[in-house]
Amino acid sequence: MSLIETHQNSQAHASTSSVSAWLTTADHKRVGRLFIGSGLIALLAGLVLAVLIAFERINADSYQILSEKSVTQVLATTRLLLTFGAVVPLLLGLAIAVVPLQLGARSIAFPRLAASGFWMWLTGLGLAIAAIIGNGGPSGGESDLVDLYLASSVLLGLGVLLTAISIVVSVLTSRAPGMGILRAPLFAWSSFVGALALVLAMPVLIGTTIYLYIDHRYARLGFGGNFGVNRWIGWSLSQPFTYLLAIPALGIVLDVVPTMNRSRLAQRPAAFVAVGLVGISVLSAVTQTTVTLPWEGAKFLDNAGDKIADLLPFVLLTVLPVLGLLGVFGVSLLTLKSAQPRVAAPLAFVLLGLLGILEGSAAHILSGIEDAGLSGTIFEAGTYVAVTFGAVMIAFGGICYWGPKLWGRSIPDKAAIPLALLGFVATLLGSLPYMVAGFADQPSGLVNGFSYSGAQDLWNIATCGGFVLMLFVTVAFIALALKSFTSGTTAGDDPWDGSTLEWATTSPPPVENFAALAVVGSASPFADMKSSTSTGKGA
Amino acid sequence: MLALPAAPQPASRRQVFVGTAVAGAAGMMLIGGMMATWLKFRADAPVRESLKRGLIKDWMPEKVIVPEIATNLMLIGFFVVCVMAQWAVYSAKRNDRPHTGLALSVSALMTLAILNAQIFIWTQMGVAARDGAFHSMFYAATGAMTALLLSGLVYTAVAAFRYLGGRSKDIELLSAHALYWYFLTVAFCPVWFIVYVQK
Repeated sequence: MSLIETHQNSQAHASTSSVSAWLTTADHKRVGRLFIGSGLIALLAGLVLAVLIAFERINADSYQILSEKSVTQVLATTRLLLTFGAVVPLLLGLAIAVVPLQLGARSIAFPRLAASGFWMWLTGLGLAIAAIIGNGGPSGGESDLVDLYLASSVLLGLGVLLTAISIVVSVLTSRAPGMGILRAPLFAWSSFVGALALVLAMPVLIGTTIYLYIDHRYARLGFGGNFGVNRWIGWSLSQPFTYLLAIPALGIVLDVVPTMNRSRLAQRPAAFVAVGLVGISVLSAVTQTTVTLPWEGAKFLDNAGDKIADLLPFVLLTVLPVLGLLGVFGVSLLTLKSAQPRVAAPLAFVLLGLLGILEGSAAHILSGIEDAGLSGTIFEAGTYVAVTFGAVMIAFGGICYWGPKLWGRSIPDKAAIPLALLGFVATLLGSLPYMVAGFADQPSGLVNGFSYSGAQDLWNIATCGGFVLMLFVTVAFIALALKSFTSGTTAGDDPWDGSTLEWATTSPPPVENFAALAVVGSASPFADMKSSTSTGKGA
Repeated sequence: MLALPAAPQPASRRQVFVGTAVAGAAGMMLIGGMMATWLKFRADAPVRESLKRGLIKDWMPEKVIVPEIATNLMLIGFFVVCVMAQWAVYSAKRNDRPHTGLALSVSALMTLAILNAQIFIWTQMGVAARDGAFHSMFYAATGAMTALLLSGLVYTAVAAFRYLGGRSKDIELLSAHALYWYFLTVAFCPVWFIVYVQK
């Protein structure tokens, strides 16, 4: 029995461009584009709020724009928009649109499940934001709207979960004949690891939110009422959960680098392992464990047995994911070393974005060392910004790279490369000053009422500048993408001289992606095909 | 554009079965996470003196009595549904439509019986969600499990309609249905032990 989605309805929908066709589409490429488009809008909104908060922190004596009552909600909304509003849909959207093409499949597994996942996510996000605007959400004053926030969070989580299930099942069951899991493209592998991590982590978040909802609505005796919302589900908006969300981004790096280098990926098995290592962050996410390590300076070797007992979980939950990221970086550098890469926007975005994620994750190790005294400081916000902006940058790179397959047109490198450089500067400016301010004990969760010796104003002005710059980069990128995808240069079917199957079909692909199913004989099936054709051995 | 060589018809990779396994894993994580939070709350509860059991955690109010017969019947019911669901697979593989239909019908009936037992437990315990942390968490945990149970009932109905409606060769759906019930049973075991036995 063939399990490929071949209903005539989906063909009819894809052939029209009416609103109803978009609303009812089950075509994975359209669902992916819906995710990406919505994610970009949410990213803009989140960055505007981030700028407001950063601006408010510049003058710590009094409120300029926000009010004391709204600060917690604005902070929560910013994280919600940047995490579940931007990073998740941008990367999941790319995965939904591209992974079936990479696998040589005619559709994603359970396309209607993925489509309903999108609508649940969008509805949940919209209701959550509406609830916060109406004084609901974490620490909100309107009881019913706090309930609405919690219920919509469950809906949002279910949407992400359903979409993740669709991706996991696609990678497991829809690969082209001959494509073992180790022959799958790295983006497909990292999407699989990331989606599987979401399948394991999101239910824990949903379960906790259900507890919160019932408790808040009826009892308010166990979970701290509206003030307990952040305490119980705030872990989903900080490290290491953000690593987990960024896992698919690593696959984008590992697919873009060899293509831009016109070579095959060096140490391919190591790349698989490295992505898997980052997946370990799911362990700390689902157990909601923050592992800290007492250092005690010169006395570190005293009580060695106890120290090793502390060190093992610290290494497992905090250091190993970073080693995975370093592995991805190392494999990328090894690949780049082998030939002269072409300087293109996707490469610039993904490499600089990876550096941002590395910066945030390496700093996160520091925050786990008790003697550093960074707990409860704004240092955590610095690591969050680095990982989140890094993931967004890589998603931008993915959009540049697979734009031809999504829209049939290319984004010009000349305009996009400067944006990548500005984005990297924005990542550094938005994160490093917060990390420095963390060492000076600037508290997290506050935008006012703190004072410390040192260049307090400088750090907060620099961060505000970083957020403004990232907002500019995002606006410019969206404008560039809109212009390119509506009136830009038509891309060829294989504009990057790619090696994986998505480049073997037209740009954009037809409804069922491929006219015929491919037989895969290696990890670079399309490169093999082109090679054998050029040497006269092709079919 | 280069043309790729046409591949033979791909072998079935049991998409529904794999999807069910992944969804079942998610369901188990849901219940596992909720039980972990339950255990944390119970462990953090202060100690009080019980008339019958000495010093105990002040978690479940003393006057609340769990109807253990009903809870045990629920557990047994889950195992029975597993057996019935597997019997449906066994019969379908032998193209035995009457027994497949019977097995699926008994599965649905047993599910309704489990649901009935759950409602009986809620009624008998007389716990009001607004009375405390135990009370609200009790409804959240058992309510989530009941939602999963209802999803199992829907799955049984879909499997029965599809099989009896003519797709008698579609064994995969019945296998996936049985797998889902195994997952649900495994998910219910900690709920039964932690919420109803250990309390």
